[in-house]
Amino acid sequence: MSTSSGTNTGTSTDKVQKAETKLDQPLGQRNKATGGGKAKRVKQRLTSRWATFAAIVIAVIWTIPTFGLLVSSIRTPDEIRTTGWWNIFVSPSFTLENYAEVLTVSGASSANLGQYFVNSLVIAIPAALFPIALATMAAYAFAWIKFKGSGALFVLVFALQIVPLQMALVPLLQIFSGVLGISGTFPAVWIAHTIFGLPLCIFLLHNFISEIPGEVVEAARVDGANHTQIFFRIIIPLSLPALASIGIFQFLWVWNDLLVALVFSGGTADVAPLTQRLAELVGNFGRNTERLPAAAFISLIIPLIVFFSLQRYFVRGLLAGSTKG
Amino acid sequence: MSSTLRRRVLAPAAAVGALSLVLAGCAADTDEPGAGGDLDCSAYEAYGTFEGESVEVYATIVEVEADDLVTSWSDFEDCTGITIDYVGTQEAETQINVRAAAGDAPDLMIIPQPGLLQRLIADGYVEPAASSVEDNVDEFWSESWKGYGTVDGTFYAAPLLASVKGYIWYSPADFEENGYEIPTTWDEMIALTDQMTERNEGAYRPWCVGFGSGDATGWPGTDWVEDSVLRFAGPEAYDAWVAGELEFSSPEITDAIERVGEILLDPEYVNGGYGGVESIVSTTFNDGGLPILDGNCSMHHQASFYEAQWGEGVTVAPDGDIWAFITPPASADDGPAVTGGGEFVAAFNDREATSAVQTYLASDTWANNRVALGGVISANQGLDPSLASSQLGVQSIEILQNPDTVFRFDASDLMPAEVGTSSFWTGMVDWVSGTVTTDELTEFIDSTFP
Amino acid sequence: MADFLSDFAEKFGLMFLGLAAFAAVVGILLFLADRAPKRGRDVLQLLIFLLPAGILLTVGLIYPAVNTTVLSFFNRNSQEFVGFDNFVWMFTQPQIQITLLNTLVWVALVPTLSTIFGLAYAVFIDKSKGEKVLKSLVFMPMAISFVGAGIIWRFMYEYRAEGFSEQIGVLNQIIVWVGGEPQQFLQNSPWNTFFLIIVMVWIQTGFAMVLLSAAIKGVPVEIVEASRLDGANPWQTFWNVTVPGIRSTLVVVVTTISIATLKVFDIVRAMTGGNFDTSVVANEMYTQAFNRGEFGQGSALALVLFVMVLPIVVYNVRIMRKQKEIR
Repeated sequence: MSTSSGTNTGTSTDKVQKAETKLDQPLGQRNKATGGGKAKRVKQRLTSRWATFAAIVIAVIWTIPTFGLLVSSIRTPDEIRTTGWWNIFVSPSFTLENYAEVLTVSGASSANLGQYFVNSLVIAIPAALFPIALATMAAYAFAWIKFKGSGALFVLVFALQIVPLQMALVPLLQIFSGVLGISGTFPAVWIAHTIFGLPLCIFLLHNFISEIPGEVVEAARVDGANHTQIFFRIIIPLSLPALASIGIFQFLWVWNDLLVALVFSGGTADVAPLTQRLAELVGNFGRNTERLPAAAFISLIIPLIVFFSLQRYFVRGLLAGSTKG
Repeated sequence: MSSTLRRRVLAPAAAVGALSLVLAGCAADTDEPGAGGDLDCSAYEAYGTFEGESVEVYATIVEVEADDLVTSWSDFEDCTGITIDYVGTQEAETQINVRAAAGDAPDLMIIPQPGLLQRLIADGYVEPAASSVEDNVDEFWSESWKGYGTVDGTFYAAPLLASVKGYIWYSPADFEENGYEIPTTWDEMIALTDQMTERNEGAYRPWCVGFGSGDATGWPGTDWVEDSVLRFAGPEAYDAWVAGELEFSSPEITDAIERVGEILLDPEYVNGGYGGVESIVSTTFNDGGLPILDGNCSMHHQASFYEAQWGEGVTVAPDGDIWAFITPPASADDGPAVTGGGEFVAAFNDREATSAVQTYLASDTWANNRVALGGVISANQGLDPSLASSQLGVQSIEILQNPDTVFRFDASDLMPAEVGTSSFWTGMVDWVSGTVTTDELTEFIDSTFP
Repeated sequence: MADFLSDFAEKFGLMFLGLAAFAAVVGILLFLADRAPKRGRDVLQLLIFLLPAGILLTVGLIYPAVNTTVLSFFNRNSQEFVGFDNFVWMFTQPQIQITLLNTLVWVALVPTLSTIFGLAYAVFIDKSKGEKVLKSLVFMPMAISFVGAGIIWRFMYEYRAEGFSEQIGVLNQIIVWVGGEPQQFLQNSPWNTFFLIIVMVWIQTGFAMVLLSAAIKGVPVEIVEASRLDGANPWQTFWNVTVPGIRSTLVVVVTTISIATLKVFDIVRAMTGGNFDTSVVANEMYTQAFNRGEFGQGSALALVLFVMVLPIVVYNVRIMRKQKEIR
């Protein structure tokens, strides 16, 4: 963790090397200090034995619900129904029956998660990339292109976060079905997610991009670079950690979304994501109790992989604005 | 919403039905159409031919039942050239509001409750039914069923499938062992309950009840009240009640609710296997009757579709593990009276292909095709009861077709949404939770009538 | 299996096509900006950077917001102007009053608790052994969908009456072990709202923790050091140095969680369906507009949600202004 916080510059490419050297005074110093202070900091931690104890208590409390789900998912349907999952410690049992059932049993009445899993992926990847790309451009414009009304416009974008999705559904569907003719298809879901994700992405990315030292951008401008060049040579390389972390969050939000998918996917097995299938299984609560834990766990896999494999980006990426008072 | 949830439980029954059909197909020498490519299209000639046309049918029906639905019209598709695109999602009842408002309505929708149908008609989204649809409905359905699809004298939607409510499930073995008789009047039923309380011990109570059903929690309670109103206040009062002319706080309705309360609010009588009165709301309707299997309760009030809940290996038959009788009448002289539910097919445009499909779904041909696939019943008069996949199905169809049966549609489905899918449900929840008295309940529901 | 594979291939093909098309459009736009003629170049470049997002936002959010505002003054199917009737309805219906009150409780508690827990945890585990693992454990709920969380917590809150059956929910089992009576957590108002709020806090704490942890690491060590040399104890250092140092991150965290909380919908829907007095505005809005077809009342509720978020927006705008001045 701590090492990556000091290696922001390591992600940059040759192209920005020049800008980098100009830039690294303020930012670089900070990083060096952070990295170098590691050893001292260990001693100076606020933590005491009590703090460690409290941290462990929190970690345990936060983990128990998910752990219970995991344990439930490997118990037999009968056990799930009649006894609590902690009984597994008294009378151990293990079965993969539930997983086999929700994943591999084909036929209309099975959970059929495989197909929905593919849908979720096909929805979430573009729906995470599109808004990030557009938001980076907009955030750059707000941060580094001076124009009249820039501040007001940015406030407006920020305020758009509060528009309840529910109210945007009908007008948007009108456009998708009436004008574009794409309702119930993947592009409709992508566009919808892109729109709903933009305000927050622009807000978070603006926080980051506006903190890139002005000297760097100015220097490039003096060198005769136009906005497109600055955008590609300076902004994107320097924002990569932020892009990655915000991209991860956007991916998680899209992956876990139910409402948008419900309306714009048309709700069919051809397009609808995992969450919808899960919600349907919950609707059958009672009849499918034994399938639920396994199904829920399968829906967690991708987000967890994404999180664990990309978590080093969180550190630098979301640091935006943290050093300002 | 309630109907969506009710629908969801049907799937396993349909699976069993489909299986038995396959078995039957193996045993009998089949003259299934499509077997040799020589499909008999004579039954479908009247619908005409539509090359390359497609019709979208939207519904809450999913899984096995959806497959059966698609199978039930495959001959029709082959013969008429219409392609039917079936889109099934459990959220259809909610999503139709979005789709209709956005101008993205399907061609046809199978609507599981008249209240929603009437709202869509009132908002001008639904097209009046073509005359061919109306002819079929006149021929095969009773006047009252046609009435549910009619608004201000204009006929819009044809009925499709049905369910019989007010069954009381029990274990024939349990009754025989303990010398219980099937009650023939409501009072006998109360007496029988009293007799059963002798066995109260541990988790045993005479009745088991579950109201839980997500955001539709409370609807099983409305079914109880409806059965009681139909029996004690009579069919005319029932109709006036549905129409909002007879208030919940009127003596007739209050009396009917109190009779239900005699059972549901008495901790000596409920809730077998689950706890006291307060456990009714936290028990899902799916689980509600299952304690009968463990011997923790003796009776459970739920509609015909509850057959699907008993699970594999449980036989539902008069001499099987589980069977059901219709909630007994107020007095032994009263004729048979049942409440029931059903679904309707509404068209959102007047294309010829759309009405052809709508006409076909209202016919006896379709009803027989679909019921033969198992798991469902219909009130279509042209239906052959013996096609039903279970003994309960046969019995239910016979009840629906019996001209002497006093049939009334589920009242909460017919009432305005503010009441039928809202205050009536939540009122029942508060009532069994003990937070309101019967008088407060009726006053509250009356106050929500628009 | 073959079906599954071809389905898989087809959908992924479509996805790559979509990605390629998107890249091509954005690429061409930026290329145009690059090659723009000198005259009017600034305006053109600005437009190219802002317009894609601008158009989408106008169509997808601004227009609906305006539309909603208008609809809130009309009747259920938007045919008739009814003035303030929908708002009068909202503030006179006991059921909706409870809904509004619940929403206030949610927005007061969720950001506060999530931030406190997230910050405390971030501080406690900072630089400790196994920080990565400890972080992941608390972050995990963030990766779980609301629907999945609903499933998990229904198992936690499961109720069985005493003497009727063994407990299968952890919380009630613990209560029984210590000699208490099992509770119907989700049914007993008004406490059930708090038990729903716990689920949201459980999810959002991870978000707060990850951001705040990153921010804490960004606080220059020299300042911490200096404070220490001045004789401040760890608690004072935390309040006087760390907290001011991460203030703007705190604002981002609280803002983001507050907005997410005001929009919370899935948790309530999945766990109680809004029954037992647990409904919140976002859920009620959906119920009114889509379950009941009451678009007027639904829109009015949406408008109230706007108003509730307004203070948060105003506060953030002021912060942003200040930051601009600093720069």
